[in-house]
Amino acid sequence: MAAVATTETGARPVRAGRRPSIPGWVGVVPFFAYVGVFLLLPTGIVITDALKNSSGGWQLSAIGDLGNPLVRGYFIGSLKLCVITSVGGAVFGAILAYAVACGNPDGAVRRLYLAVSGVLAQSGGITLAFAFQALLGPVGLLFHAGWFYNFPWGISLIYVYFQIPLMVLIFMPAIDGLKVQWREASENLGASAWQYWRHVGGPLLAPAFLGSTLLLFANALSAFATIEAWESQIAYTVPQQISTSLNSEVGLANVNYADVLALGMMIMVIVIMTGYALLQRRASRWLR
Amino acid sequence: MAAITSLGESGLSEPAARPRAIQGRRRRRLNLFRYLVFTVSGLFFLLPLLATARFSLEGNRLGTWSLSAWKEIVTYKGPPPLLSAVEIQLELVVLTCVGVLVLLVPTMVWIRLRVQWISRVFEFLCLLPLTIPAIVLVVGLAPVYNFIRRSQLSTLELFWAYVILALPYAYRALSAGLTAIDVTTMSEAARSLGASWFTVITRVIVPNIRQAILNAMVLAAALVLGEFTIAYLLLYNNLPVTLFFISRSTPNASVIFSTSLASLLFAFGLLLILAYAGRRRHRGRG
Repeated sequence: MAAVATTETGARPVRAGRRPSIPGWVGVVPFFAYVGVFLLLPTGIVITDALKNSSGGWQLSAIGDLGNPLVRGYFIGSLKLCVITSVGGAVFGAILAYAVACGNPDGAVRRLYLAVSGVLAQSGGITLAFAFQALLGPVGLLFHAGWFYNFPWGISLIYVYFQIPLMVLIFMPAIDGLKVQWREASENLGASAWQYWRHVGGPLLAPAFLGSTLLLFANALSAFATIEAWESQIAYTVPQQISTSLNSEVGLANVNYADVLALGMMIMVIVIMTGYALLQRRASRWLR
Repeated sequence: MAAITSLGESGLSEPAARPRAIQGRRRRRLNLFRYLVFTVSGLFFLLPLLATARFSLEGNRLGTWSLSAWKEIVTYKGPPPLLSAVEIQLELVVLTCVGVLVLLVPTMVWIRLRVQWISRVFEFLCLLPLTIPAIVLVVGLAPVYNFIRRSQLSTLELFWAYVILALPYAYRALSAGLTAIDVTTMSEAARSLGASWFTVITRVIVPNIRQAILNAMVLAAALVLGEFTIAYLLLYNNLPVTLFFISRSTPNASVIFSTSLASLLFAFGLLLILAYAGRRRHRGRG
């Protein structure tokens, strides 16, 4: 032990002599400075501005605005959209993921679907809204869907377009984790397909499924471009209302309105992501 | 239901044949289910793209075909001007890719070599932008950008924020690349041969994580190509914002369909190249 220590200290001066004055933390300063200015500072500004009144004093009453029926309406709108698209996306995505996972693990179908899912999960944006407008809009190619501009159903269909591929991507590892031996074991014990899913497969996949649904929920919550290109005149969701209040400060009782809405969203996201982290931990217990 | 009947009819008289019968029937039903799912999902994912393609090829009269919308990408006069927005978007892609690499690669190498204890905090900060919605970030970025804009006004300033958005994706790609090689041994070898830190990073580490760097760049590029929220709310005109305003002033202008299809296909192309190139390389190594 002592000998090791001596050689260690013996080796140090040589190395230290070559680069005498660079402590380890210096190398990470640029990164932390950048993240501090463009990520942590903005986040801090949102939180503090939401808690301040117009004259600069601290107040909590702005938070009370979140209970205002009008403001609550936007949160309910966001909630509707997120619940529909996360549950819909999760169910259809899980079915698609299962269909893909059943095939040859090295097959072309699986490779194609995973690659395309990776692409389509990123496809949310104004171009996606244009694409659906071309398909189902007022002069749509397929037909003019009367419900295209209906909230939440019309926009939900567009959201599901990027939610399903995301579900395929994040749920596939869980399905791959289901071992063939478990299925064989339950079949040998006389279980039907229904019994297998009810007692073995279902409970094993449940935490991963719920966790993925939460992630889709957060994904839908923060989406803004798609819904803005779909309908920019009427604000249905919190992100739209944040945009409206940032762009026009007309007729607002409280200048911190956007900050308060943003803080509300941030709190929602934190709750969701905590739930997601807990469920992921639970899911990884069996599915390795 | 079918599984139960198949169990019943095979009976106990021929136990050896039973598993195969169930297997065969299940496989057939499973294949039917798979083809059904693939067809429906294929239609759902292809139809909007096909509709966009059809709209982009629409002639002057409804139902005719023409390439004019594709030519218009170059000639569209605005307002707002389209071609300069395309140019700005591509410049933003380049700036963001360079920015995120310059910020991450040296820091990640340094952390692996010298300050391991900080890696958890570092990882947390890199993945944080995934959880903070862009629309929330932009509320706080507005005052920061007011400060930046005081000295100069250029749409390219957006890259400061885009680097933050690209951080999680680039971090994951680079982290996978760095884990696959032995950074410590390599850089100690290079250092003991007299290389400077700059040489270690540019001539030893970077060539070894080329694939990871390519992945990070493709992901960042795909992200920047479609970014709308931050540009729109900070009142910059990048390509998606320009398309948005064109669609507001002339609904169903065919030029928005040709341009958006072009940008979608460009992003798809990048990401598909990434998916297949990465895999092939990985196989070759394994």
